[in-house]
Amino acid sequence: MSVEAKIRNYILENYLFSDDQALLNSKDSFLEKGILDSTGILEVIYFLEEDFKIKIDDEEMIPENLDSVNNIVNFIEHKSA
Amino acid sequence: MCGIAGIMNFRSAVPPSRAELKDMIEAVYHRGPDGYGYFTNQKVGLAHARLSIIDITGGDQPIRNEDQTIQVVFNGEIFNYLELRKALIKLGHRFYTHSDTEVIVHLYEQYGLEFVAHLNGQFAIALWDDNHQRLVIARDRVGIRPLFYTENDGRLYFASEIKSLFSHPSIPRKLNLRSLQEIFTFWTTLPPNSLFDGIKTLPPGSMMINERGERKIIKYWDWDFSPDNVDNNRSAEDWAEELKSLMVDSVRLQLRADVPVGAYLSGGLDSSVITSLIKNFTDTPLRTFSVGFDDKEFDESRYQQELVDYLDTQHSHVVCKHSDIANAFPKVIWHTESTILRTAPTPLMLLSGAVEEAGYKVVLTGEGADEVFGGYDIFKEAKVRRFWSHSPNSKWRPLILQRLYPYLKHSPTGSGTFSQNFFQQGLEDIDKPYFAHIPRWATTQRGLQFLSDEAKSAIEQQIRFDDINSLLPKNIHRWKPLNQDQYIEANTLLSGYLLSSQGDRVAMANSIEARFPFLDHRVIEFASQLPNRYKIMGLNEKYMLKKAMLGLIPDRIRNRSKQPYRAPDSQSFIIDGKPIDYVAYLLSEERIRHSGYFNPKAVSLLLKKCIKGRAVGFADNMAFVGILSTMLVDEMFLSEQKPCAMDFP
Repeated sequence: MSVEAKIRNYILENYLFSDDQALLNSKDSFLEKGILDSTGILEVIYFLEEDFKIKIDDEEMIPENLDSVNNIVNFIEHKSA
Repeated sequence: MCGIAGIMNFRSAVPPSRAELKDMIEAVYHRGPDGYGYFTNQKVGLAHARLSIIDITGGDQPIRNEDQTIQVVFNGEIFNYLELRKALIKLGHRFYTHSDTEVIVHLYEQYGLEFVAHLNGQFAIALWDDNHQRLVIARDRVGIRPLFYTENDGRLYFASEIKSLFSHPSIPRKLNLRSLQEIFTFWTTLPPNSLFDGIKTLPPGSMMINERGERKIIKYWDWDFSPDNVDNNRSAEDWAEELKSLMVDSVRLQLRADVPVGAYLSGGLDSSVITSLIKNFTDTPLRTFSVGFDDKEFDESRYQQELVDYLDTQHSHVVCKHSDIANAFPKVIWHTESTILRTAPTPLMLLSGAVEEAGYKVVLTGEGADEVFGGYDIFKEAKVRRFWSHSPNSKWRPLILQRLYPYLKHSPTGSGTFSQNFFQQGLEDIDKPYFAHIPRWATTQRGLQFLSDEAKSAIEQQIRFDDINSLLPKNIHRWKPLNQDQYIEANTLLSGYLLSSQGDRVAMANSIEARFPFLDHRVIEFASQLPNRYKIMGLNEKYMLKKAMLGLIPDRIRNRSKQPYRAPDSQSFIIDGKPIDYVAYLLSEERIRHSGYFNPKAVSLLLKKCIKGRAVGFADNMAFVGILSTMLVDEMFLSEQKPCAMDFP
């Protein structure tokens, strides 16, 4: 499964509680669309650290890295590079 | 403390019968296991279940006046009954009991409908006046004692609990989907709504007058934070002195009983104040009760023990495990008769069970201090957000948010820029009286996504935050922001949840009467005159209360950051990676689909998330507990011919 698909499924199942792919555009801002709240983002960070074996520093916890599926994919690719 | 029920005919020709009343009152046996009493005539029927606390031998109800034209049944306590009795005797009234109920009868004779203004107490009253053919039902100022009513077939039915109304075969039972959405927004239905179609609650501080075919509801008291009330000319020392003497008097009055009285001890400031005042200013032997958790995130036993040692009190401690919460939760919902979003009432029901086992019927608790004196985090959070809104682009102003919620394992302030975006919600709504509540309500509304499409479309207009405006005083826009926050908190969370689901209902489940000295109306009226800088000084909550109690409680307790009482939520119901049996059944796709309220797929994914231990935030946990409690309501109140308690473990 691609990184994008894995993240999309995680967000769909855990925050939109659905398997309907049409509900989530990979460009959607989690905050603007109300998909995540502030503790939700902590859960996402926990998921990313666990499943992708990366460590996310406090200064990296910013919307540019984490506020959409696309942002997360880019961030993970950058971290893994 | 007791239960009441009654019927009044306004078009029906069938007189209320004793058999009908018997069914209704027996449904609330737990509220008054010491005996039943009835009054019936052609027009009205009153029933009473008694928990004997004052005038054990002579206080059976209904209580009447000298010529038997006035009959009263009453649930609660009138704390100033001795003073009222003395004054009424001077005015020529003759008493045949020593109960607090009888003062209601004579006050009504003396002052008519103004009688209620003389009462210092917590009560739900039904009074029949034969001369005027008038039925009055009334509820205490802040909504400590419950009172529900409904109309059907030309009759008014009323009772302390909804299960009494449902025990009458003519009352239809259906869940109201708008009410459900209100709970998934405001934590409570908005008065007069209950969770059920056609069943209404009499709002706090209100009385209903039924007379000659007409009905009106009047608000006889309200929280009033008008700026004109505030006195800016007194010194802090002066305020503290008056508050201390007022609290001493409130505690003294609320200790009145012909049975022993105990007190809850949470380890926080408020219950410490109450217990210290009992110890230092009364002759009552101090007997205390507390609840702790084996889950350390929620446990405050250390602070409770510190106070037990300091006060040298005879103490009982209940330790609550996750499985205790899961096992007791159905019984909690049987008593709350409502969807709830937290499991927190459950340990309090177990605690009232310990009080009952110890042979006590009455406990004093610290509830209400946060609303009255500005103790809640939501008030401080709003203060920071208002400060931030003065300069929304400021980088450093929102950093103060990080000082909030130090006790949370998964703090909403813990995710840097994201937290700021969260608390930035509604920053443009700075002028709304509910500004403080926007983040909480937005989080709670995340639970609405679990509703089924049918449930969503069944109500004509979606819930809006502006719906709260119908409850607010007309001049609230003139009030200071903190006072707007206090008013909304008192009229939503306090009356609709803390005093009901987490208060009266889980105490009465074990026939225990809880009393609330901070909610003495004199204390509330005192606090409405207090300048806000003496409520929250900087970010130091309940400043004046702490100042007034200097030297009476240990400094470590007095200066400790507030830790709100919480209990483990979704994780209580998952054992060894599986939901316990009744949860698995109630949340199964088939059962969810059958009830029609929620989306089966969404609920199954939420359950999966909980099983994986990934539901750590407020939103998921509130949704989980809200869905489970709704399904329990459906199971116990709507699926059977008659309401029927599950087979409680």
